[in-house]
Amino acid sequence: MTEPALLSVENVSVNLPTPRGNLRAVDQVDLSVGAGRTLGIVGESGCGKTMLSRAILQLLPKKAMLSGRVMFDGEDLVRLDRERLRKLRGRSLAVVFQDPMTSLNPVLTIGTQLIETLQEHLELDGVAAKMRSIELLAAVGIPAPEQRLMQYPHQLSGGMRQRVAIAIALSCEPKLLIADEPTTALDVTIQAQILDLLAREQRRRHMAMIIITHDLGVVAGRTDEVAVMYAGRVVERAPTPDLFKRMRMPYTEALLAAIPKIDAKPHTPLPAISGRPPDPTRPLKGCSFSPRCKYAWAQCQIEKPPLADADSPGHQYACFRPLNTEAGASA
Amino acid sequence: MAFFLARRLLYLVPVLIAVSLLTFSISSLLPGDLAMTILADQATPENLAALRADMGLDQPIWKRYFIWLGHMLQGDFGRSFRTGQTVLQALVERLPVSIELMLLAQLGALSIGVPLAIICAVRSGGPFDRFMTGTAFAMLSVPTFLSAILLIYLFAVELRWLPATGYVPFAEDPLGNLRFMVLPAMTLALAEWPGIMRILRSDMIATLQEDYISLAKAKGLKPARILFVHALKPSSLTLVTITGINIGRLIGGALIVETIFALPGIGRLLVGAILTRDLVILQGVVLLVAAGFVIVNFIVDMLYAVLDPRIRHGHA
Repeated sequence: MTEPALLSVENVSVNLPTPRGNLRAVDQVDLSVGAGRTLGIVGESGCGKTMLSRAILQLLPKKAMLSGRVMFDGEDLVRLDRERLRKLRGRSLAVVFQDPMTSLNPVLTIGTQLIETLQEHLELDGVAAKMRSIELLAAVGIPAPEQRLMQYPHQLSGGMRQRVAIAIALSCEPKLLIADEPTTALDVTIQAQILDLLAREQRRRHMAMIIITHDLGVVAGRTDEVAVMYAGRVVERAPTPDLFKRMRMPYTEALLAAIPKIDAKPHTPLPAISGRPPDPTRPLKGCSFSPRCKYAWAQCQIEKPPLADADSPGHQYACFRPLNTEAGASA
Repeated sequence: MAFFLARRLLYLVPVLIAVSLLTFSISSLLPGDLAMTILADQATPENLAALRADMGLDQPIWKRYFIWLGHMLQGDFGRSFRTGQTVLQALVERLPVSIELMLLAQLGALSIGVPLAIICAVRSGGPFDRFMTGTAFAMLSVPTFLSAILLIYLFAVELRWLPATGYVPFAEDPLGNLRFMVLPAMTLALAEWPGIMRILRSDMIATLQEDYISLAKAKGLKPARILFVHALKPSSLTLVTITGINIGRLIGGALIVETIFALPGIGRLLVGAILTRDLVILQGVVLLVAAGFVIVNFIVDMLYAVLDPRIRHGHA
């Protein structure tokens, strides 16, 4: 960890004023990604992972209040002037959104949407930009790329649209790609293809990548490090193999248990995490997961566990009763 | 696209038939007897019967409709029994005035409404937006005759910049023509920009919350490009409809404005025809208005397809 990280999120909080009071969507998050590395951010809906990605991209809703620093390539994105930020976005910092049905503009052709990004950042003339667009579409596995340039998003399937969105994101060779639930809106059969495509392009271009997902299975073989978020906080963070071998946080365990197993007997009930995440406008005094945690004891309800180092390097967790330790319950 | 065009054109046929039926029925359904109106105090029973036979009014109504339709299709719209002028001649004379007024008014209304709508949408909820939304609402409730009189008072009476009433054809004196047109066009524009602004503003606000606008920002595009290419185009469908309706309405002339400013347009032809019970002219004007609406709506449909490829390909 001597090399400075490409992206480091330092003590970032996002607060949203709502009619029911202040909503703390992201709560003092610290994360970092080195150049060419991949980070998975995992958590269920409403845990703040999308808000965190929007905070990194500076695409938060107008009313949202952001505190902390987002250091990217030596610059603090939070305090960057608009013009400099615009030059970074799309060029060094790219994103793929969750739903390709809504993330592409319905009234512009695929070609326009690809070429405008290229011409904005790379000073290509029309012919060169078109050639490069065709190459990009071919690279993300789109057949007959030349014809696609003339087509509109609605003429393509969901999977194809997400490939186009990935081509747009990759178009200027970004240093960091943020993929926000890139496969959630797609058919199961397409999901693996898109994830493999992202992993392949990430390696080939040596770019850093953040994959945001609710599915621990998605990050398992495809990331260097995983951060598990719950109620706006990072509750466990570890190098990916270490996390799966020595998970400490009961929430991580519950997330893993909720993935359907291919070798499970038919009609085995899928273990679900009972209850719902806490109301983000009414923060709990103790651990946010304690009301749903089967190991919780008195201390968990009174005190918020800090994110502390575990025994293995790079592994942190926020729990008073970590799994498979003396203090915690052995699961 | 050719298929879309052909289908839309086919839709026009029943609409046009309905329009012709309604227009024709004006002369039969309105109270009063055409022959009686024409003859007035010379209406002896023999004279009436002779004129009715001459005009074909003694025929059954369905027969009269087909005779009338036949004349229409040959371009014979009839002749005013007051002035002796053919309907076609009267319309051709008056139409340029109304069309010029309509174009200038739309131009004015759009060039006020569209930029304001964009600024308000970008700063929605801010002080400028709240002020403009309030102003637009107030302007919506000002009737044209009031704003016409206020404009005349300000620009013609007090400042003496522009003439209050009158008209010269554009071909005779282009500058003079425009001087006569400014106030009436402004009156109409003042009535129309609030609608344009409110519609476009709310559509724009909705569009700006779309994912594809977030992506356009994430792509590092220039704000002007995001606003005008990514947001304005998908937001402008309702705007096109509203403008179409306004244009269709104004093809038939602006009754009040033309009357106040003494412009010899279709509106005043219509008012004159109503006051003198000149049914033939009335029929001609109504037919023109209806045809205008139908044609404008057709153009609006075409514009939808140009603006939104999903409509073009029959997806939406």
